[in-house]
Amino acid sequence: MPDLGKYAVEVLSAYGVSLAFLVLLVAWTLYQGAKAKEALRSYEERRAQDGRASSKEAAE
Amino acid sequence: MRALLFRDLALAVKAGGGFGLSLAFFLIVVVLVPFGVGPDTGVLREVATGVLWVGALLACLLSLDRIFQLDYEDGSLDLLVTSPLPLEGLVAVKALAHWLTTGLPLTLVAPILGVLLNLDPSGFGWIVASLALGTPALSMIGTFGAALTVGLKRGGLLLSLLVLPLYVPTLIFGAETVRRAVDGFDNTTPLLMLSGITLGTLAILPFAAAAAIRINLR
Amino acid sequence: MPMSIWEYANPKKFMQTSSAVLPWVAGLTVICLVVGLVWGFFFTPDDFRQGSTVKIIYVHVPSAMMAINVWVMMLVTSLIWIIRRHHVSVLAAKAAAPIGATMTVIALFTGAIWGQPMWGTWWEWDPRLTSFLILFLFYLGYIALWSAIENSDTAADLTSILCLVGSVFAVLSRYAAQFWNQGLHQGATLSLDKEENISDVFYYPLLFCLAGFVLLFVTLLLIRTRTEIRSRRLKALRLRERMA
Repeated sequence: MPDLGKYAVEVLSAYGVSLAFLVLLVAWTLYQGAKAKEALRSYEERRAQDGRASSKEAAE
Repeated sequence: MRALLFRDLALAVKAGGGFGLSLAFFLIVVVLVPFGVGPDTGVLREVATGVLWVGALLACLLSLDRIFQLDYEDGSLDLLVTSPLPLEGLVAVKALAHWLTTGLPLTLVAPILGVLLNLDPSGFGWIVASLALGTPALSMIGTFGAALTVGLKRGGLLLSLLVLPLYVPTLIFGAETVRRAVDGFDNTTPLLMLSGITLGTLAILPFAAAAAIRINLR
Repeated sequence: MPMSIWEYANPKKFMQTSSAVLPWVAGLTVICLVVGLVWGFFFTPDDFRQGSTVKIIYVHVPSAMMAINVWVMMLVTSLIWIIRRHHVSVLAAKAAAPIGATMTVIALFTGAIWGQPMWGTWWEWDPRLTSFLILFLFYLGYIALWSAIENSDTAADLTSILCLVGSVFAVLSRYAAQFWNQGLHQGATLSLDKEENISDVFYYPLLFCLAGFVLLFVTLLLIRTRTEIRSRRLKALRLRERMA
């Protein structure tokens, strides 16, 4: 740990706030990404099952 | 186009909404300020210019969502868009109607309210001049914001969020014009900048607003 | 349907390319950020005037730079959308906005924290700080307009127009703010121009931090654009199902 002198609080809080915001942004981005991916995947899976059934109907 | 202007004006006066409401709002804001900052006339004199400008700006904001909303709901906006008149011109007329019912009355009552705030005597002429020059820009920017949010059900709050940042340059130069005059400085530069902003917005924003309406009615 | 080819093929290519590039960019981001921040925080000397607060530069300057550049990038991608109807482009603008807003907040917070010991006040209505605050409001308006409109093509068009008009007014506000604060309180504000007279000891870690923030933006932008493309496709598929 470097000696920050009398400005330790300022420097540490600046880094703390910045890193906290960045971590939040990254976490939020990853969460949204995972959610969208999962939603699309499950939808397409369901669609594929339905699709097989409905395309058979259409063929008949 | 003239017919549209008269129609808008008649509607505004008849409906009463925008016309009287903005003025009343302006009055209330100005009356509330001394309760907030204290009755000291020196302090009031200091902030008078800023309060008048910010109050006029907020009062302008109040009636913006009515510019297109009623026409949109009863379908007459569709008719206006398909009419042979250029949409850009229609938008400009709408902004003009808004200014005549809001900006102009606000400009005229500003010196009376200035008395309440103990505005410096040298500032009275300038507050009228700067508001007369600046409020057309406020109406035009507001019309653009209204055009962006015309299709939305509860666009009012969003409209304020979109429009207020766009008002910043007008506010700065408008208030600065008066403040410099009161403090005995040369105020040519802010006055010219204010006129420049008004002319610029009047020249460019009708096109942006018309484009926004076309997209919204697609 | 030619429309659906346009809607599908281009984003698909983007998805392939971005998934191949993403791990490399992410890795580089981590390396640059760790090197830059660790070097800057632990291994730089104190400035003789500013003491240890000079270390704040390693988060303040890169985030401030990104706050402006992200908006410029949104302006360019919005223009590409308006001119060429490039769907990925406008989604990238949408994906970039929250990143830019976060960068602006970081720049403002670190600026205030830095300003406290240096200027003796948390907030100074310095033209730069003021214009960053206004820039933040523009980001908020842009994000709010996106989320308010249902139809994604309408939203793309309207937000692009807002971005164009907003850019003009953001620049105007920047000069207005400069003019406004110089007006009566001449010379009261301290200059923020550390870039001018910065020595090499501080400069090299700063370069790493700048590169790290740019790369971080690219990484997040790729992920967020992929997310946008996916949720848009899901929306389109659902709509088609309902129509059928």
